Amino acid sequence: MAEVLFFLAALGAVTGAIGVVLVRNPFFSVLALVFHLLSLAMLFLLLRAEFVAAAQVVVYAGAVMVLYVFVVAYVGAAEPAHLRAPVSATQRSVALVFAAALAIELFIAVLGSGLKGIDTEGAPYRAGFGTPSQIGELLLTRFLLPFEVASFLLLIAAVGAVVLARRRGGIHEEEERVTATSLLRPVGTGTMAEAVGALTGTPAHRPLGPPTDEGVEREPAESAPRGGW
Amino acid sequence: METAAWLVLAFPLAGCVLIGLCFRALPARLLGWLGTAAIAAAFVCAVIVFLRLQDRGEDERQVVFVAWDYAKSVGVDGKVSILIDPLSVFMMLVVSGVSMLIHLYSVAYLWEDRGYARFFSYLNYFVFSMLLLVMAGNFLLLIIGWAFVGAASYLLISFWYRRTTATRAGIKAFVINVVGDVGLVLGTFFVFRHSGTLDFLGTFGSAKQDFAGHHGALTAGLILILVGAFAKSAQVPLHTWLPDAMEGPTPVSALIHAATMVVAGVYLIARLHPLFELSPAAADVGAVVGCATLLIAGTIGLAVTDLKRVIAYSTMSQIGYMIMAVSAGAYVAGLFHLMTHAFFKALLFMAAGSIIGAMAGEQSLDRMGGFRRALPFTFACFVIGGLALSGIPPFSGFFSKDEILLVMGEEGGWHWILYIAGYVGAFLTAIYTWRMIFRAFWGEPVPEAQELAEGHLHHAEVPTNPGTGEVEDTDVGFPGPAHFIAERSRPMQAAMGTLALLTIVAGIVLIPKTTTWLDTFLEPTFAGSSVVVNQSNTLLYLGLALGTVIGLGGIGVAYYVWVRRPGTSAVVRARLRPLYELFVHKWYFDELIDLLVVRPWGWFGRFGQQTFERVVVSGALVGGTAGIVRAGSAAVRALQSGLLRAYAALLLLGLVGVALYFLLQST
Amino acid sequence: MNIGWYLAVSALVFAAGAAGVLTRRNPLVILLCLELMLNAANIALIAFARMWGNGDGQIFAIIVMVVAACEVCIGLGLVVAIYRRRLPIDVDELRELHG
Repeated sequence: MAEVLFFLAALGAVTGAIGVVLVRNPFFSVLALVFHLLSLAMLFLLLRAEFVAAAQVVVYAGAVMVLYVFVVAYVGAAEPAHLRAPVSATQRSVALVFAAALAIELFIAVLGSGLKGIDTEGAPYRAGFGTPSQIGELLLTRFLLPFEVASFLLLIAAVGAVVLARRRGGIHEEEERVTATSLLRPVGTGTMAEAVGALTGTPAHRPLGPPTDEGVEREPAESAPRGGW
Repeated sequence: METAAWLVLAFPLAGCVLIGLCFRALPARLLGWLGTAAIAAAFVCAVIVFLRLQDRGEDERQVVFVAWDYAKSVGVDGKVSILIDPLSVFMMLVVSGVSMLIHLYSVAYLWEDRGYARFFSYLNYFVFSMLLLVMAGNFLLLIIGWAFVGAASYLLISFWYRRTTATRAGIKAFVINVVGDVGLVLGTFFVFRHSGTLDFLGTFGSAKQDFAGHHGALTAGLILILVGAFAKSAQVPLHTWLPDAMEGPTPVSALIHAATMVVAGVYLIARLHPLFELSPAAADVGAVVGCATLLIAGTIGLAVTDLKRVIAYSTMSQIGYMIMAVSAGAYVAGLFHLMTHAFFKALLFMAAGSIIGAMAGEQSLDRMGGFRRALPFTFACFVIGGLALSGIPPFSGFFSKDEILLVMGEEGGWHWILYIAGYVGAFLTAIYTWRMIFRAFWGEPVPEAQELAEGHLHHAEVPTNPGTGEVEDTDVGFPGPAHFIAERSRPMQAAMGTLALLTIVAGIVLIPKTTTWLDTFLEPTFAGSSVVVNQSNTLLYLGLALGTVIGLGGIGVAYYVWVRRPGTSAVVRARLRPLYELFVHKWYFDELIDLLVVRPWGWFGRFGQQTFERVVVSGALVGGTAGIVRAGSAAVRALQSGLLRAYAALLLLGLVGVALYFLLQST
Repeated sequence: MNIGWYLAVSALVFAAGAAGVLTRRNPLVILLCLELMLNAANIALIAFARMWGNGDGQIFAIIVMVVAACEVCIGLGLVVAIYRRRLPIDVDELRELHG
């Protein structure tokens, strides 16, 4: 019975994975991934990881994928016409070769490694393995630090996402934004783009004054060192 | 005695520092007197040291005082130690005494110069350095003093620093001195290698054993040291700086380039006499070079027309005598001549300064004449100095020069050549000395002399460089507006009078057959000398007579050529044109050095800069390295295409590679 | 089933994800393929947790999920920002960050 379920779940996982890669429409790719995630949850259950399986379904398939769906809906599912140009054949074959090589390597590494534990079904089952209580106990005792750091990471990600995605309206326009470091920096230094006179965000070579109408001038720094050694 | 000995060094140093620091706060005139007082105090202390030394027993007259250990590692024992023995006390007395008189002279001579305080600071610094040199108890302090006097010489020659000729002369002097310094230091290394100690007494004491099998090394080291001595004492071929050094103010010429610094080479050879006696080859080199110099300088003195340069060449010639003497073993005679020469040469320079003052800065003998009535005191000083220089009894120069030649004669062997050369040189000396005096003081009085006879000191409306005629001004960096003559200046008269007196009577310390004061005084230093001189009476009387005759003969020749028949010199010049050209061009030494040393060096430098530096270093090495880096980074930069998938592919490639490696490792 | 089977599944999914990253041009799909790779790692982790019999692997897998969620967040935020600026949603066109 377990073997049948395993093969079904495994097949579903692999099919979903291949579907994500091959399907043209991004929306359908997302759906394929959802299918893949559900199969994965099945696999986790077979491995007696109940909590992780549940988390997989609720968090991954339920929240992250929903987010994906929203974004795909916003951005637009169909690839525009000019992007219809297919990936070049050489690139495709090279990629396939890479992937195949990777798969083969992993196979050999894992299965040919002589690890004895792989041939078994695992350690004898202890009661409470994979239950939420065990996970909770581990998270709050042995793995407290990673737990806290992970929550911190989530916070940063949330803030980052907000910053990235909002409209630029809250702070000054680029032309007026002068930081202390740009005042202290001598003329001619800075990123290469600034040194060669491209558009810069921080007018290091201009004295502080009201920003000009046309934004940053495109003049090179006056005393930039001439080329050569 | 120890305190007095250190005070001899401390007073000039304190004077230098004090004048240097207070030159704005205190009036310049006061600082001049302060400098003079510092040297006078040093002289008093030197006298005290002398008296205390004489109080000691005969065997205890070589005392070493150590202030502190300067460097003590890797077998080097560098101490700040001074050696008080008759030789160093002798030099201390001469240096501080003559310096004191020259300071007194300078107080009046540079009265209006804008750099007055700076001058006295430099002069004090020079006296300190010279005293350090002569009092040094080991090679380390000797080299330090040597270098310091070179620096002082440079500072003082280019004292009028806005004069291009003066600065160029200062640089020339310094560069040639540095060549000598290199020789001195390398020679010291040679000696130190086998003696293991820098201390003088230590080195001399074990010299015989240390150098028993290393004669070559000793000779090489001593010849290098001789190079140093020749550079400092202006011997051929390192002598070209001395005539140019006359660009400095006259007191500088008197002090440094007549009485004290240029005799450092003589002192050096005398101090290292135990080593020189172990290496006759080096000693002979010294003697030959000294002899050659005295002849060459004597001939040049017949031809040059700048007053100070005539006296400079006479200095060179007399130092040739001294070097010849101390190299050949006539230590006391050489040092005796050093002392008397200091007196009469300083006197001559001071008198020359006076007559140049009367000429308002003009130094050429061609423009001088008939100053006898106008400058009586100066004339008297010139005559006294000239007589001493020419070796006329009873002036001191007679006794000292004859003593040297006597010892040369008594040594026999090939030293007879030196003996004859010495007398030829004496003849030339008398001629050019009195040529100078007759040209300047006899004949038709020149306009300046006439003005002075009427009581009005000539004053140049537009100050010019006496050598090139360039127009100058009288601000700092150039000579001051006023010129001074001895007749009108008490300090100058006091200094010159003292020196004249000393010139006349100084011979008394070593009159043959009568007094042996100098001999006995210097005995402890030269006790171990293996040069034995037995005074043969015939040679002695012959020498005395010969010296007098030659001196008077030279004066007579000069009188005839320049007073009796004034056109004679022109006739002789025309007859012996090539010889005259050789002499007036100073035997073409400057041109030779320019050709052999300066030009190749310049070419080398230009090659180094234009070819090597530009092509090899900047182009190939620096530029090449940068080019390689640039090419490499350009290649790497090509990888950064901006394509996400290319990056991902590379990442995966790397991952696969690493995994493969580990996979293969584990099998 | 042997643990080895699960690891084989993990390897296949990982390879598929890698192929997807290299092949697709839409950044959204590339992110999805990244998710695939992360999930493949998760399978392996859970499998090993079962093998050893302790919960460390599962904790690891949970943290991986957290990280994946954060990364998706930011990635999608970027894509939205790119879309807002009217730039093409195509990684071959978005190549300003080059040397």
